[in-house]
Amino acid sequence: MSIAEHPLSKYLRTELMPHIWCSGCGNGIILNAFIRALDDLQIDLNKIVVVSGIGCIGRIAGYLKLDSFHTTHGRPIAVATGIKLANPQLEVVVISGDGDLFAIGGNHFIHAARRNISIKVICANNFNYGMTGGQSGPTTPPKAVTTTTPYGNIEYPFNLVHLASAAGATYVARWTTFHVGRLIASIKKMLLRRGFSFIEVVSQCPEMYGRYNKMRSALEMMEWFKRASVVADFSDPARAEITSDRIVVGEFVDAEKPTYEELLYANIAQTTIKRT
Amino acid sequence: MGRAEVCILKDLCKGCGLCIHYCPRNVLEWSDEINVMGVHPPKVVNKKECTLCNFCSLICPDLAIFIKEKLDAR
Repeated sequence: MSIAEHPLSKYLRTELMPHIWCSGCGNGIILNAFIRALDDLQIDLNKIVVVSGIGCIGRIAGYLKLDSFHTTHGRPIAVATGIKLANPQLEVVVISGDGDLFAIGGNHFIHAARRNISIKVICANNFNYGMTGGQSGPTTPPKAVTTTTPYGNIEYPFNLVHLASAAGATYVARWTTFHVGRLIASIKKMLLRRGFSFIEVVSQCPEMYGRYNKMRSALEMMEWFKRASVVADFSDPARAEITSDRIVVGEFVDAEKPTYEELLYANIAQTTIKRT
Repeated sequence: MGRAEVCILKDLCKGCGLCIHYCPRNVLEWSDEINVMGVHPPKVVNKKECTLCNFCSLICPDLAIFIKEKLDAR
């Protein structure tokens, strides 16, 4: 049997399968969840654009059989902003990693959230820079061992859902790759709404993170997600820090606010009338 | 029961074992054969127990497994 017989193969560039991600990598589950959400909603594939940055998950733009853009490091939100403003009819989805969106691209993220432009961001948080060799990053938990912190990480990590909600995102959720069903429901909800939306997917990196932190396989990392996660919808994102024995998951923010592209086009219409 | 057909795309499997571990009815088990990736793909051992919950195909990172419902089984 080949991949062509898979019921969702029309969303994939089947000639690139199997993908390069490691055995048990959470990125595959995010790809799986995303195409299932597209299939459930029957979204017109000519109306959706996926932008991804650099990192393991950045390859997702190549694997999806729709208009997609693999941009430079840290800039997927900047490119997505351009696409959305040039053609507001398009649904623009950014799928990228924690190192790409919050280390080098941190500024783009907070300002896109502040403007409330209708970009849908899915962030795969694997706690390290997986593609370049497992260095510590802005989401590495304290005391975690990575290749650049062999005696344990001494930095405090970003709490991504708190950061997004504080910056003004109108939809903020966090799931792990273990909560696939809820993740799909959340992606569907995100695709149907307006405004800046952010989903953090806590994802396993068995090769570069788990191996150094007493979780030798994808299965052991999944068991950690299963054991530690607590579903608490609309709880305070400030208290939703990820620790080794507690991962608060759920929807944190769901609000309505005028979006940037609506205000911009209204502004353009108004000023054009005044001039003539 | 026995309405489901579990299809495994053996050569896409990378052998992480998530489907085998998380199947609530223990439908899947490791097989003895070795695929092109050099790992043992899962095999169906308990077909009648499958309740079409679809969790194996949702959690598979390699899109190597899917369930078909046999409508004429009843």
